[in-house]
Amino acid sequence: MAIGWYLVVSALIFSIGAAGVLVRRSPLVILLCLELMLNAANLALVAFSRMWGSEDGQVFALIVMVVAACEVTVGLGLIVSMYRRQLPIDVDDLRELQG
Amino acid sequence: MSAVLFFIAAIGAVAGAIGVVTLRNQFYNVLALVCHLVALAALFLLLRAEFVAAAQVIVYAGAVMVLYLFVVAYVGGGEDIPARSALRIIGPLLALALAVELCVALLGTALKGISGKGAPYVPGFGTPEHIGKLFLTKYLFPFEVASLLLLVAAIGAIVLARRRRGLEPDEELERRYHPLLPAWVGSMAEAGGITHSEEPPVAPQPQEEPIGSQH
Repeated sequence: MAIGWYLVVSALIFSIGAAGVLVRRSPLVILLCLELMLNAANLALVAFSRMWGSEDGQVFALIVMVVAACEVTVGLGLIVSMYRRQLPIDVDDLRELQG
Repeated sequence: MSAVLFFIAAIGAVAGAIGVVTLRNQFYNVLALVCHLVALAALFLLLRAEFVAAAQVIVYAGAVMVLYLFVVAYVGGGEDIPARSALRIIGPLLALALAVELCVALLGTALKGISGKGAPYVPGFGTPEHIGKLFLTKYLFPFEVASLLLLVAAIGAIVLARRRRGLEPDEELERRYHPLLPAWVGSMAEAGGITHSEEPPVAPQPQEEPIGSQH
């Protein structure tokens, strides 16, 4: 398959993830949609790595996976902390930064 | 053959992504993301990135998704109420515009590299050996920074999700208003068969003669 098709799939997944971030209200699902966007970027990186025949893009993809794992850990910690304080788990209701 | 596999995996990945965005139950969202990740790993294999595909399945679909499932079960993933704002209509339109724009940018440029099949395959491309060599020579600094970032994230998650002061509010209430046991429970008077169960006292009264006292 031509490399362009992989990039088209990557663009589609990125757009779907962006739509999810805009539409959904639960922070958990917003984190899932962020994962979608990061994975789309990963797919583009690996496709470019195949196109150039060097593995640098795959190294970048692995680093992106590490960063995504960190983001998930901190985000889920925030959600658990919000649940403990009995705050609404809803990004539209969480408007104030005061604890 | 590779074209058929590509289309199957691509349709699986896009369908999983749509499932993540549209399904209402949060458990199904996470399961759709697992499906998406496995299809994406198949795409990585088609691109000859074996190590990235393996890491994707093990780290993402294995570890991170289990973390998600635990948090969904803990928070009690209820039904998601759709957004009441105008974003519900504008959001998909914006995403559609973004997708069209990206596709035009990708397919309309007519770059030779994008339309080609990529570089010729070299044996050993994308194996853990090559990736590890790159990580420890050319990309040593990002590798170390990534390990430090993981440490910071782990400590940050512990600090964020720990119990603030003592117990949960309801647990503390229960403990505070738990009826206290009578004073003689666990004493030698109880062991000797003297029971006070027939006349329950309002306040725990002191024993008449504590055994072994000096007075």
